[in-house]
Amino acid sequence: MIGFLIQRVLQALMVVIAMSIIVFLGVYAIGNPIDVMIDPASDQALREALIQRYGFDRPLFEQYFIFMNNMLHGDLGESFIYRLPVLNLILSRLPATLELALTAMLIATCLGIPLGLWAGYKPDSLSAKAIMGFSVLGFSVPSFWVGLLLIMVFAVELGWFPSGGRGPTTDVLGMNLSITSLEGWSHILLPALNLALFKLGLLIRLTRAGTVEVMSSDYVRFARAQGLSESKVVGLHVLKNISIPIVTVFGLELGSTLAFAVVTETVFNWPGMGKLIIDSITVLDRPVMVAYLILVVFLFVMINLVVDLIYGQLDPRIRVKAAS
Amino acid sequence: MSDTVLRINNLQTQFQTRAGVLKAVDGVSFEVGRGRILGLVGESGSGKSVTGYSILGLIEPPGKIAGGEVLLNGKDITRLKGDAMRQVRGAQIAMVFQDPMMTLNPVLKIGTQMIAAVRAHARVSRKAARAKARDALAKVGIPSPDERLEAYPHQLSGGMRQRVAIAIALLHSPAVIIADEPTTALDVSIQGQILAEVRRLADETGTAFVWVTHDLAVVSSLADDICVMYAGRVVESGPADAVIASPRHPYTAGLLASVPAEHEPGTKLPQVPGSTPSLANLPQGCAFAPRCAKAGPACTTTPPVQHFEDGRTALCHYPIEPISCQPLSLTSTTYRSAS
Repeated sequence: MIGFLIQRVLQALMVVIAMSIIVFLGVYAIGNPIDVMIDPASDQALREALIQRYGFDRPLFEQYFIFMNNMLHGDLGESFIYRLPVLNLILSRLPATLELALTAMLIATCLGIPLGLWAGYKPDSLSAKAIMGFSVLGFSVPSFWVGLLLIMVFAVELGWFPSGGRGPTTDVLGMNLSITSLEGWSHILLPALNLALFKLGLLIRLTRAGTVEVMSSDYVRFARAQGLSESKVVGLHVLKNISIPIVTVFGLELGSTLAFAVVTETVFNWPGMGKLIIDSITVLDRPVMVAYLILVVFLFVMINLVVDLIYGQLDPRIRVKAAS
Repeated sequence: MSDTVLRINNLQTQFQTRAGVLKAVDGVSFEVGRGRILGLVGESGSGKSVTGYSILGLIEPPGKIAGGEVLLNGKDITRLKGDAMRQVRGAQIAMVFQDPMMTLNPVLKIGTQMIAAVRAHARVSRKAARAKARDALAKVGIPSPDERLEAYPHQLSGGMRQRVAIAIALLHSPAVIIADEPTTALDVSIQGQILAEVRRLADETGTAFVWVTHDLAVVSSLADDICVMYAGRVVESGPADAVIASPRHPYTAGLLASVPAEHEPGTKLPQVPGSTPSLANLPQGCAFAPRCAKAGPACTTTPPVQHFEDGRTALCHYPIEPISCQPLSLTSTTYRSAS
């Protein structure tokens, strides 16, 4: 178990290093940020001074090592635009995205798994076909359009929910959260629903496919021959067997939602990380871009590590392989 | 037989398909007494497994039981619906499947699966259910049953898993256990152990077994009675010794002749020519006639059930005359009780 963990952490470290090189090179290739940062009318002396201050005159590999060295000391640089340490900037936006992504995943899971189970349990029923039709809509209709539609119907026409923004937040363990108040919930519900729709469709299909397969297996037949009730057959035998693909997709989707909730955050004017990165790209705020991408890689690696550990809990056969 | 626990009367199981109605089981009748073992023999596609599933009401659409009765202690259970049928399954009629690698859920501990099976029919605490599960494992000859309860199926061998499956079937002391080729996937030596165990259990607990198999050698050493199925019908039935010693239906005779064990080494092994007909396209009259050496003009009409001595039957126009010779044995072992 510990050997497995060390192996996975080393792998994760390699991925982070590889990604940092790619990100650094890619951002470097965009060009000299000085031209964007300063007034084009400023004189050459000021330009030179700034280039020297930021170290743009040094060779690429040297810039990279300075960056990595700083990163290891917890310093990801300072934003060119906000004049703030990048890490603080991103972390100040993280809670907003975190609560949005988690709420969306919660909605998708709590609806998607039961609906998928039903659709797989009674695949020929009308309700199952309706669920499957909905799931196709869920991940084929563009998310920005659904977002606009939600705003139009529920915020503009019906006036049930606000059309955007985050509402009041309270400080919980140093994080600003809006899900602690009812008004906060009214703000988060529409964007979370919008974000959840794609994942909902995906989870329904995944759960259904697994259920259909497991329902026709010998052990389900054997369980029925033992006189187990249908709820026990589904709850005990089916659910645990289909959980591995679901956990995999859940992990990947959680990562991508945290990193790329950009569209929804833009439509609903949600002050999360996605909006920060888009704003940074438009003004070529290099340190923010680099730090953000590295953070995203780190998030993905961590989530996958957790998913791998959960696998072992779900399927004893995987545990055996990992140990040997 | 006065102590008949299971009687099948003219059972009809049909599947609605695009090619028409397939009669997988077409008028099958047999009965099993307390503590007796009935061998249900046939090739693949003869309807023997479907008969087993029909008895438990486990036929899934588009299949359905179209007629006949399954009398468990005199009560017809084909009419039971939903929860009433569920209460019969596992408690009064249990089933053991062919492949022990597939019948246990790979991600659940043996104990979890057995406790669920106990609590499906008995309102007992987890602790009591666990004790019952452990006793059942001990009863089928599994060493250190407490440890086995904590094991996952992949940690056990195939024979061990089949013993677990039999233990699960035995949990509620059912009147009948349907065993669908339970030793086919096992080594011959393990098969022998399981067969001996089953014979002992039938004698000790009084549980009746319907042993579905294609293996005549198994049946000859284990079963008290035999039903030979072909294309959804019982073509021959009777006491196992008598049927094997002197088959009356040409199909049974063909099957027996193609068992290697009793065959002269070095000469060509006889076979039943041709292959099992498709249920969608059965020949008129006797379904076996196209493959039968004894077929005559009458065989285009449905053959009558001929009754012989000892309650034997054959579904044939031209049954084979009985031969009077020493009963031959397909294997040197027998698990049958001396009765």
